[in-house]
Amino acid sequence: MSEQELDARGLLCPIPVIRTQDRIEQMQTGDILKVFCTDPGVIHDIPAWCRINGHEVLSIDEEDDQVVVMVKV
Amino acid sequence: MSPEIIRDLGHRNSINQWYYYQTFTVISSMNTSVENKSRKAVALVSGGLDSMLAVKVIQDQGIHVEGINFFTGFCVEGHTHAIRKKDRARPKRNNALWTAEQLGIKLHIIDVSEPYKDVVINPKHGYGANLNPCLDCKGFMVQRAYAWMQEHDFDFLITGEVMGQRPMSQRKDTMPVVSRESGAGDLLLRPLCAKLLPETKPEREGWVNRDELLDFSGRNRKPQMALAASYGIEDYAQPAGGCCFLTDASYSSKLADLWQARGEKTYEIDDIVMLKVGRHLRPRDNFKIIIAREEGETNFLKGYRKRFLSLGTTSHTGPIALIDGEPSETDLELAARLVARFSSGRDADSVTVEVLQKDGTSSTLDVQPLPSNEVPQDWYV
Ligand code: SF4
Repeated sequence: MSEQELDARGLLCPIPVIRTQDRIEQMQTGDILKVFCTDPGVIHDIPAWCRINGHEVLSIDEEDDQVVVMVKV
Repeated sequence: MSPEIIRDLGHRNSINQWYYYQTFTVISSMNTSVENKSRKAVALVSGGLDSMLAVKVIQDQGIHVEGINFFTGFCVEGHTHAIRKKDRARPKRNNALWTAEQLGIKLHIIDVSEPYKDVVINPKHGYGANLNPCLDCKGFMVQRAYAWMQEHDFDFLITGEVMGQRPMSQRKDTMPVVSRESGAGDLLLRPLCAKLLPETKPEREGWVNRDELLDFSGRNRKPQMALAASYGIEDYAQPAGGCCFLTDASYSSKLADLWQARGEKTYEIDDIVMLKVGRHLRPRDNFKIIIAREEGETNFLKGYRKRFLSLGTTSHTGPIALIDGEPSETDLELAARLVARFSSGRDADSVTVEVLQKDGTSSTLDVQPLPSNEVPQDWYV
């Protein structure tokens, strides 16, 4: 089980979702992905994508202008 | 009551149409063939009602459907919401993701923004009313979806197209062009108007029952709305002109201006995002000024200060502005007066404007805000 990070700062939706999707495709079930974003749209879009594709959102943290989403593959 | 009788009733008059749709669902699921459990279709999902209905109709026939959605850079989704603060009050949703969730299907979002440039720049079939290359665009998307379908071992492809609904890509004579040029041929099925088109392989092979497909045509959306109601779908996106910014006249004129100023038809993703932000004015051929309209846009444009020369008022509150092009000293003063005009100091005798170079060095200019009668309408791109 590995934990990876993805820098999607400065990217506008849906690009952070696409990057998350493409990265998760390379990961194993049980792995954790931490996505760093600046577009607040990810607060809705990443969880929606995860619900559809059967992944779990462990947490969403908003700090300053940054959103950090933790996904369990 | 047999399916034939119900279909007859449905076609006889519009009152019965509602009943037909209601019953349609029940009959369709009765006819679900066990053999179809293994058939798989990939659907082009835009987030609008039509693609949603097309998926429903095919799902009802026991087919496993997954969605595909293409990010071209011009999608109405996303960008402006992230930029404009006032839009943030509305709960944001990505309609394609939302649609997929309602349908209970997987959605694969694919970034095609690079290869899509060629579609926008050199459309073989030309543009529609604005810079929308709809026919080439449809062909491109179907072609990509067809490649995905083959790679992932799916059997056929569906779209929510309705014959005669869109002037360019959804006409009786252009729909076969998309099938042919995309390479998808008769593996491309349009469930909402299949009965008006030649039989496709999924119908011929009995993977889907043609009798249960539809014959929607024209711009009247009542049949779609009735079908939606029969499925209990009440909430759906209603795109006005089209699914992307290229159908928007004001957006298209900004893109045309960008190409004209550069002397060639090229763009980067940053360029086309920028066309969605702020007021764009071109006071002289050699430069354009992009002025933020509100705080969200100001914050967004600030992120581009290393790529563009930028201006901002310091003596008064006001927006940030970026300069695209090569302004002379006199041009810069004009730009500063223009920025001052959009600041809270518009009626002041003098406003101080900071000019920030791309390398971070800055200088200031004290200028008189430009009066409104000195801002000709044709400066607005
Ligand atoms: S409206 Fe835009 S996305 Fe839709 S078919 Fe036309 S060019 Fe393509």
